[in-house]
Amino acid sequence: MPTGPIELFALHHHSSSEDRAMAAVVKEYVDTNVKPHVAEWFEKGEVPARELMRDFGSLGALGMHLQGYGCAGTTATAYGLAALELEAGDSGIRSMVSVQGSLAMFAIYEFGTEDQKQTWLPRMATGEIIGCFGLTEADFGSNPQGMLTNAKRDGQDWILNGSKMWITNGSVADVAVVWAQTTEGIRGFIVPTNSPGFVSNIIHKKMSLRASITSELVFTDVRLPADSMLPEVQGLRGPLSCLNEARFGIAFGALGAARDCLETAIDYSINRVQFDRPIAGYQLTQKKLADMTLELGKGMLLALHLSHLKDTVGVTPEQISLGKLNNAREALKIARECRSILGGNGITLEYPIIRHMNNLESVFTYEGTNEMHTLVIGHALTGLAAFK
Amino acid sequence: MKIAVCVKQVPDTWAEKKLKADTSTLDRESADGVLNELDEYAVEQALQLVEANGGEVVIVTMGPERAAETLRKAISMGADAGIHVLDNNLAGSDAIATSAVLAKALEGRDFDLIIFGSESTDARMSVIPAMVAERLGLAQVTFAQKVNVDGTTLTAERVTDYGFDTLSATLPAVVSVVEKINEPRYPSFKGIMAAKKKPVETLTATDLGLDPSVVGAGAAWSAVADFAARPPKPAGVVISDEGSGGTSIADYLTTSKFI
Ligand SMILES: Cc1cc2nc3c(=O)[nH]c(=O)nc-3n(C[C@H](O)[C@H](O)[C@H](O)COP(=O)(O)OP(=O)(O)OC[C@H]3O[C@@H](n4cnc5c(N)ncnc54)[C@H](O)[C@@H]3O)c2cc1C
Repeated sequence: MPTGPIELFALHHHSSSEDRAMAAVVKEYVDTNVKPHVAEWFEKGEVPARELMRDFGSLGALGMHLQGYGCAGTTATAYGLAALELEAGDSGIRSMVSVQGSLAMFAIYEFGTEDQKQTWLPRMATGEIIGCFGLTEADFGSNPQGMLTNAKRDGQDWILNGSKMWITNGSVADVAVVWAQTTEGIRGFIVPTNSPGFVSNIIHKKMSLRASITSELVFTDVRLPADSMLPEVQGLRGPLSCLNEARFGIAFGALGAARDCLETAIDYSINRVQFDRPIAGYQLTQKKLADMTLELGKGMLLALHLSHLKDTVGVTPEQISLGKLNNAREALKIARECRSILGGNGITLEYPIIRHMNNLESVFTYEGTNEMHTLVIGHALTGLAAFK
Repeated sequence: MKIAVCVKQVPDTWAEKKLKADTSTLDRESADGVLNELDEYAVEQALQLVEANGGEVVIVTMGPERAAETLRKAISMGADAGIHVLDNNLAGSDAIATSAVLAKALEGRDFDLIIFGSESTDARMSVIPAMVAERLGLAQVTFAQKVNVDGTTLTAERVTDYGFDTLSATLPAVVSVVEKINEPRYPSFKGIMAAKKKPVETLTATDLGLDPSVVGAGAAWSAVADFAARPPKPAGVVISDEGSGGTSIADYLTTSKFI
């Protein structure tokens, strides 16, 4: 009996049985409710977001590592492993959960008032309310500091103007956490998407994350009451701390996509016969499989190390950059290599690989591009910031 | 109401199962142990009844040490407590002995209802619920596809070959349920974390006052004398249709006694 790539590393020693029980529930859910349909969602560029969000809510996967307000309060390790199992289904599905829990909910949880938390978090935890997170703008991606979206005081109220681009869940969301320039620097706002002046436009023609909704948000004189502003943070630290949470999830998640590719490729190579032998029996194939297994296992060890830090002494943004950079990059390489093992079949949606591969292009870019994380690490090593 | 759900740890349904050469019993170490799938319906039914009528759900299992994981899994769906009968002397118990153990574990605890899955995926005998009911002197309603409780009256639809019978019984009673009855929930993360703190009683056969001579492999009424691997599947028959395809298929089905 061959051993699976993850089993070979005996990684279960790095998590508790409870963490693994939660991951197992997510895996079971994904195997039953996501995998059989996701190729079709991807092909059509649609996803039953509301239904899925409700289900993830009843599992307890939304904001799972937050305490109180209906959230499960799990370890960071459980959160990471859950992200991995979600992304073994599809990066778009994991994105949907990441944005809800680690970006939208986390922003309110970390920087909101008690009232704001009570108003939004419990219903976001159940999936009744869908959230999105608007930081990026068309002209300000890697450099969000320059954002043009702004909020101006009008008496007690705020008036929001501008636009956001590439916003996951944007057109299904009930509420958006929007970051905007104010006279006090960058501030976060809780913006109900039915506010007059709020418009969302779905971004079409994507070849990646097709089983995920990505939108442009446009704000034209959106009037917001005073208590829409998140009072506990000012400046870019606000959105960046949310991104840290989500990036941590990506360090695990990307490996879920990689694992699914690798398991598919191993299985395929054992069953695919060319020149009268399974292609898995050829040394070139075995080298590919062995190298990918090494990168997957190393990536897992890195992710589990970060989650251990997060669960014990805390993890720094630079350390999370190590995980996001390495694991998104290696996952993408693994997907491409697996694609080659499947030959022609590798390019169809009958197999998960090209879908994962295309998805990982987004994962490589969003939440800080590969280059930006490289520069963060470079900054940490040299004390010199190369990105400005 | 107070409901007990009896669950069993079985080898993973998808794993290749092996018998042990020395004892001719199932090699439980060779495959991952999982909660018997059909028992999930029993747990779900108990949870739904308690959600509607109030009360508590206690999960009961007999099995080796690692069956504790299965007990926790069932509890993590939302049950309140567990009872684990754990005793090396119980290994190799047949259905008769198992029912004696379960009956002892359930006895005297004032359960209004005892729910089972309709069968275990490893033994597939479906007799334990009836045996336990008989031992406890309780009404038994097996193979239920629908269960209702109104006061102390239980009404159930019992699946038969031709449809279903509607039966009623007075509580306390023993019920076994089929898959049609509900859609088992996934354990929620909160449930998984709470399960760790739920009380689980671990009892030996002696704690239950059982005579060691009536349980375990030694007391089994039947034993496996010999076993052999299933012969490899013969290649299928290919019938090419030259006008007589239908007849050939019918002939084949007739010789194989399908029609
Ligand atoms: C599917 C998808 C979903 C998304 N969801 C969200 C969301 O929910 N919310 C949200 O706010 N954003 C979201 N984003 C936006 C994402 O975070 C940005 O695309 C990302 O930050 C990169 O910004 P950009 O696309 O403008 O690229 P740019 O910043 O223009 O970068 C282009 C290239 O230039 C490189 N580059 C830029 N600056 C430097 C430098 N100083 N040195 C070296 N190289 C540099 C980059 O690394 C990259 O390779 C999403 C994006 C995608 C694709």
